Amino acid sequence: MKGKWKSGLILGLSLVLTLTLSACGASKGETQANGSSVAGSKDVELLNVSYDPTRELYETYNKAFAAHWEKEKGQKVTIKQSHGGSGKQSRSVQDGLDADVVTLALGYDIDALQDKGLIKEGWQDKYEHNSSPYTSTIVLLVRKGNPKGIKDWDDLIRGDVQVITPNPKTSGGARWNYLAAWAYALKKNNNDEAKAQQFVQELYKHVPVLDSGARGATTTFVERGIGDVLIAWENEALLSVKELGTDKFDIVYPSISILAEPPVAVVDKVVDKKGTREVADAYLKYLYSEEGQTIAAENYYRPTLDSVKAKFKDQFPKLELVTLKDVFGTWKETQQKHFSDKGIFDQIYVPGS
Amino acid sequence: MSQVQVTRKRVLPGFGLTMGYSVLYLSLVVLVPLSALLLNSTGLTWEKFWDVATDVRVLASYKVSFLCAAAAALIDLFLGLLIAWVLVRYEFPGKRIFDAVIDLPFALPTAVAGVALTALYAQNGWIGSLFEPLGWKMAYSQTGITLALMFIGIPFVVRTVQPVLEELDKDEEEVAATLGASRWRTFRSVIVPELVPPLLTGFALAFARGIGEYGSVVFISGNMPMKTEIAPLLIMSKLEQNDYAGATAVALMLLVISFVLLLVINSIQRWSRRRAI
Repeated sequence: MKGKWKSGLILGLSLVLTLTLSACGASKGETQANGSSVAGSKDVELLNVSYDPTRELYETYNKAFAAHWEKEKGQKVTIKQSHGGSGKQSRSVQDGLDADVVTLALGYDIDALQDKGLIKEGWQDKYEHNSSPYTSTIVLLVRKGNPKGIKDWDDLIRGDVQVITPNPKTSGGARWNYLAAWAYALKKNNNDEAKAQQFVQELYKHVPVLDSGARGATTTFVERGIGDVLIAWENEALLSVKELGTDKFDIVYPSISILAEPPVAVVDKVVDKKGTREVADAYLKYLYSEEGQTIAAENYYRPTLDSVKAKFKDQFPKLELVTLKDVFGTWKETQQKHFSDKGIFDQIYVPGS
Repeated sequence: MSQVQVTRKRVLPGFGLTMGYSVLYLSLVVLVPLSALLLNSTGLTWEKFWDVATDVRVLASYKVSFLCAAAAALIDLFLGLLIAWVLVRYEFPGKRIFDAVIDLPFALPTAVAGVALTALYAQNGWIGSLFEPLGWKMAYSQTGITLALMFIGIPFVVRTVQPVLEELDKDEEEVAATLGASRWRTFRSVIVPELVPPLLTGFALAFARGIGEYGSVVFISGNMPMKTEIAPLLIMSKLEQNDYAGATAVALMLLVISFVLLLVINSIQRWSRRRAI
């Protein structure tokens, strides 16, 4: 009986082993085929791992880049897209998703890839403007006619106002919202940190629902009709207004906001393995070209190229924008101080504060 | 009893082979992932683990998760019994469809359920708007979480009670009636003892499902720290900060508490079954 049991186990194990091995073999064959095709300058495939709101932007951009690359090098390139929460996407790449390039919401999520040895140090200096080809900012979306008369950050902590913003601990984009409010309070109170903290704490007391992601918060505000003001990325706000009709919402530009810089980077370890560095690098560089910048602007991201900036100046009103570097320093320091466990954001919700 | 089993011809070939497969697949699907979870937490010192697992916010989230899951499972216990009863004992048009609908919460992606429930119970939703004037907030409160968990848990109770109810011998009830028992007495002394074990199983399943539920709850709960934040959300938020060890610490605590609770429920169930025989 015991011998039989053993043989059964061995049989089962060997069966699964063969299955796994053959599956691995198949996928290996695939990558090899891919590699040789690069050498023969035939087809090449890129994977762009990005965050949620850039889906439409990259759908258009990928087509434009593929056409550009084929004209330039005579090589066909197909670009696959993957979208999700910025932090979650970064984790997928850390856990082995073979991304050639990452285009995420915050530098912190790319720093995490650097810590894992997937990306070399100094990635942020590789491309212009801190490796952020397009930028955005944080604005206030209010209901049509602005019934509560909201003009600036100060109005958000008035007694009768309810604010909708997602949880900065689960949403990368929401960290920019928090930092924008902080930057305003800091400036207003002559860099008094304690007062800034007080302001932000008060602000989050006016938040009745803390959604886990930006799209969820938009739904809460737009569909469920909860809250008087939604703190949102400018590109998301412009998109909401366009999709839901200009008769429903207004965008309020606060006196000061933060320059949101969603950065891009080539994943060194992956492109070296797949032999796709050249095309991956060109893919990101082309984002800075006239065509790339126009596509970004058409998808409501602020362009960084002056000629395109001038063309779209009506779409993006001027306002005072501070950068992360000026006010908060690096992402690591910011994360540590504000968003890590028992950081300032956590203290807001501890009883007694 | 055991002798009969040995001599009877088995359907599946060889105990050795089948046992081998069972152990292998149980390992691949359940045991290995769980040990990976343990392994992930080994980066933690005991103090750090305790620090993370007993943080005020984490404790508050356990309370929300367990209380809402227990409340939902308890309500499902009664609702499920009623539904199973109607399905087994009565004939009505559309019964087949009604019966099939019970399983839908299994098939539906939980996030879809969450969004749909939020749309219904939010203050401008069909149902939520009816309760809002009464001062009862449905969505974005613990009521909302319980509602979502009830939706997720109901099939467990119905599907465990239904077959037992179907097999119940009608003769016993008739005997009880001829001996002069009232309908309530018959129900209480003849039917309920038979149903206690499956009801407890259904309760345990619905409860366990509710503790770990994430998708349907994040949309309806409002996620307010200390008030409506569930433990799985805290795990997600720790993962979002690349804090694998911290996330595992919370998950491990959740797992241990659930395991102890399920063990208790199982013992009660075994005890009641023995008493019923």
